[in-house]
Amino acid sequence: MQKVDKTVNFETNRPILVMEKLCKNYLLGSVELRVLREIDLTITNGEYIAIMGPSGSGKSTLLNLIGCLDRPTSGDYILGGQSVSLLDDDQLSMIRGTRIGFVFQSFNLIAQLNVVENIEVPMYYQGFTEYESAERARELATMVGLGDRLSHRPAELSGGQQQRVAIARALANDPLIILADEPTGNLDSESGTEILAVLDNLHEQGKTLIAVTHDESIATGAERVIRLLDGRIKKQEYNNR
Amino acid sequence: MHRLRSTLTMLGIIFGVSSVIAMLAIGEGASRDAQEKIAQLGSNNIIIKTTEPVEEQSAGGQRQTLKEYGLTYADAERFRSGIPDVQVIVPNRRLSQQAQYRTHRVSIEVIGTVPWYPEISQLRLKFGRFLSSTDMHYKQGVCIVDENLVKELFGFDSPLGQHVKVASDYYRVIGIAAEQSSTTASSAFGQKEAQTAKKSGARLGSIYIPLTTVRERFGEMSLQVSAGSGGTLERVELQEVIVKVRDIDQVLGTRQSVQTLLKRFHKKNDYEITVPLELMRQAKEFQRIFTIVLGSIAAISLLVGGIGIMNIMLATVSERTREIGIRRALGAKKRDIVFQFLSETLILTLSGGILGIILGLSVPVLVTHFSQMRTVITPSSLFLAFGISAAVGITFGLYPAYRAANMDPIESLRHE
Repeated sequence: MQKVDKTVNFETNRPILVMEKLCKNYLLGSVELRVLREIDLTITNGEYIAIMGPSGSGKSTLLNLIGCLDRPTSGDYILGGQSVSLLDDDQLSMIRGTRIGFVFQSFNLIAQLNVVENIEVPMYYQGFTEYESAERARELATMVGLGDRLSHRPAELSGGQQQRVAIARALANDPLIILADEPTGNLDSESGTEILAVLDNLHEQGKTLIAVTHDESIATGAERVIRLLDGRIKKQEYNNR
Repeated sequence: MHRLRSTLTMLGIIFGVSSVIAMLAIGEGASRDAQEKIAQLGSNNIIIKTTEPVEEQSAGGQRQTLKEYGLTYADAERFRSGIPDVQVIVPNRRLSQQAQYRTHRVSIEVIGTVPWYPEISQLRLKFGRFLSSTDMHYKQGVCIVDENLVKELFGFDSPLGQHVKVASDYYRVIGIAAEQSSTTASSAFGQKEAQTAKKSGARLGSIYIPLTTVRERFGEMSLQVSAGSGGTLERVELQEVIVKVRDIDQVLGTRQSVQTLLKRFHKKNDYEITVPLELMRQAKEFQRIFTIVLGSIAAISLLVGGIGIMNIMLATVSERTREIGIRRALGAKKRDIVFQFLSETLILTLSGGILGIILGLSVPVLVTHFSQMRTVITPSSLFLAFGISAAVGITFGLYPAYRAANMDPIESLRHE
């Protein structure tokens, strides 16, 4: 079994995510559904990437694979210098916990936990002490502008605020990649703009961002737009910012 | 977690655990009561009592005017000389009488006995001395008074050296004794029973007098008056003979010898043999069955409680599918999820267990208070109950926890 190396630290402009001929098939009864077909993708450290495409193009499947929630049928996926295609469930959990920060469309905060506790969740599974994680959670909450809402529950926050908590939570274990799935999808345009500003800010701090979206405003903000169609990368556009 | 739902779920465990404790406490109390009473009879003793034989009404309806039956001095002598393992033999007369001191009168039982009576009983001398062979030989008018009688009969006077009148004679008090015996009114609830005994005019206690004295002064005849048929004269030599063997292993064999001897010399069935050892064994067997029955009832109630817990945990898991997905995405391993749900189940069952123990401790107290039944709470029953609730939590929590852990993270994130 491969040991998960937690100490990878890549310089800017080195590839941190490499996909080679990555395929994902699903069995629907006896029919094999080929959702992703030979995806080749390289993402370097500090990039801001938007993955776009119509529904059914394989966006969500690609997102699940990048996020190590699923394993490819074939091909290789190297994240932070380590092949993750063949890891077992526990190792994938560890990778998710340490290298990926998820931001979801519907925020996915845990309703019975307050802001600080929600941000603490990823740290809890990495064995932080309660003091360390509470301290860091408070810092992160303050960073995303929720320093005065520390003990509020998700239901007491606006959509934009909830998404900021989610972003703070994604940053908790200082991951290699922030993986955002339609981060503005459930927000009004004003909150959406706010969230985009937060993401831009993270990018400026050198974080690698991958956003799966329909939102053209994210696409314009990103450095590279990857367009999927029928399970293939149709084209990649580079924005000059 | 929903508070009401959790509380309702816990009720199963609460009642299960408290019934385990309460039932064990009641069972243990009853068993100790029985065993103590039997132990007072003496485990090495064989008690032979005179019983009035069933009257065979002859066709002519001829009324017997003199009935002779029961154990005799000859029987006691035969036991002594004919049975090898006998350690002591105590022949007793027992008579219901009135005792009087100055103006106080109480109903008592006169026990005519021998100096070695204390060897076969739980009699403890509090003051003075017991009967001696000199008392026997000279048929002295002396007596030992039961502790229970002292206050009733003597008030604040010191009884030693005083004279008590029984029937038409006076007896000098030479000792005060306390006996824990099923034949006297004093038992585990001595005070209370003594109170009721006094009200109902039943015998309060016993007065011990030398057997020889009783034989001389009271004779062996008594007149039984029955309605419409005048009186019947009865002649009974001894009310009971207690045979004590040296070793507990000899009890059953000696019982056989006693029975054989009695059968040979008694044509009528005018005796009854009691073996405390056998009673003790029966009591133990009864206790075992009792424990099994109570245990099964408690086990079933805990099973039902456990199923309730499992049911509620399955509902909780399916309600929180989304949360499970989130936690898995954020780095929770399967075992983290198992641990989370298992510990929730354990918290639920253990708090149920603790509440159950509190309830279980109070039930025996109430039972004792209202029914005078003896209850004994053993520490082991508390550990047992607590252990059971933990076991129920783990057993019935594992499946829901595993189900939660094995959910597909992608599917659970999509769950609404």
